[in-house]
Amino acid sequence: MSVFIDGLSWALLILGGFICVSGGIGMHRFPDFFSRMHAASVTDTLGGTLVLFGLMLQTDGQYLVLVKLILVLLFILLTSPTGSHALAKAALHGGLRPKLGSQQDKQDADVLNNFGRANASETDKNKE
Amino acid sequence: MKKNNSLRYIISSVIVLSLIWIGNSGYFNGLLLSLGAVSVAFVVFMAYRLDIVDEESQPLQVSRRIVVYWLWLLKELVGSNITVIKRIWQGPHSINPVVARVPTSQKTEMGQTIYANSITLTPGTTTLDIDGDTLIVYALSYDGIRYLLGGEMDRRVKRLEE
Repeated sequence: MSVFIDGLSWALLILGGFICVSGGIGMHRFPDFFSRMHAASVTDTLGGTLVLFGLMLQTDGQYLVLVKLILVLLFILLTSPTGSHALAKAALHGGLRPKLGSQQDKQDADVLNNFGRANASETDKNKE
Repeated sequence: MKKNNSLRYIISSVIVLSLIWIGNSGYFNGLLLSLGAVSVAFVVFMAYRLDIVDEESQPLQVSRRIVVYWLWLLKELVGSNITVIKRIWQGPHSINPVVARVPTSQKTEMGQTIYANSITLTPGTTTLDIDGDTLIVYALSYDGIRYLLGGEMDRRVKRLEE
């Protein structure tokens, strides 16, 4: 039985590690700030969760460690969207705009003009 | 803030903080338990002075249904993570970023916050702003927007408000 739990734990740790590495690779492969943020959130959510679940199976009756790991998981899942949102909004207010793809609706793209420094959006217009 | 209403939130803060203390310390001797009691009392006193002991910091009214919602959200997280990991390994040409407006049906600010944060937590979609009762969402591809417009997450968050 303990061999089974140990194996499951290692499978979760390895899978979680692979997903964290994928997130890191995505951060370098994706073209702009906003898409890189999504790659980072892969590491935050599924990667971190799987690694923590794997570690929880290793606690072996030490309930204090288990409680602490559960708290770590809760804090990560509660703070990561707050951090992502703060980053995205700060970038928009700093005048950074996402590179948009071919399926973009023109009217919806206009909402981005509500953000950021006035001069930043003016320089964009001058370029056009 | 009404005094009689806040008593409920003070009691729940005391319970939650005490559980966190016991869960992190694990010692049950008199000295450490009394230190814990003093810390909890001090933190609750400060929170009360700051006027943050209310339904915004502790949404007790949703606490029972939210467990089901979390389990459902975890399932969705796995699915959207797999999609984004696939795109990472396929390379930058597999993404087609898009910004769109997504209507919300929640009536309370808390419902909108839960919905917006759930969207941000799921890889592939990020809420940039709330404009009245529409969210401005950035997604890696139009599939993410189509999923949100399908409205399953919206309905589930709305059910938490009742």
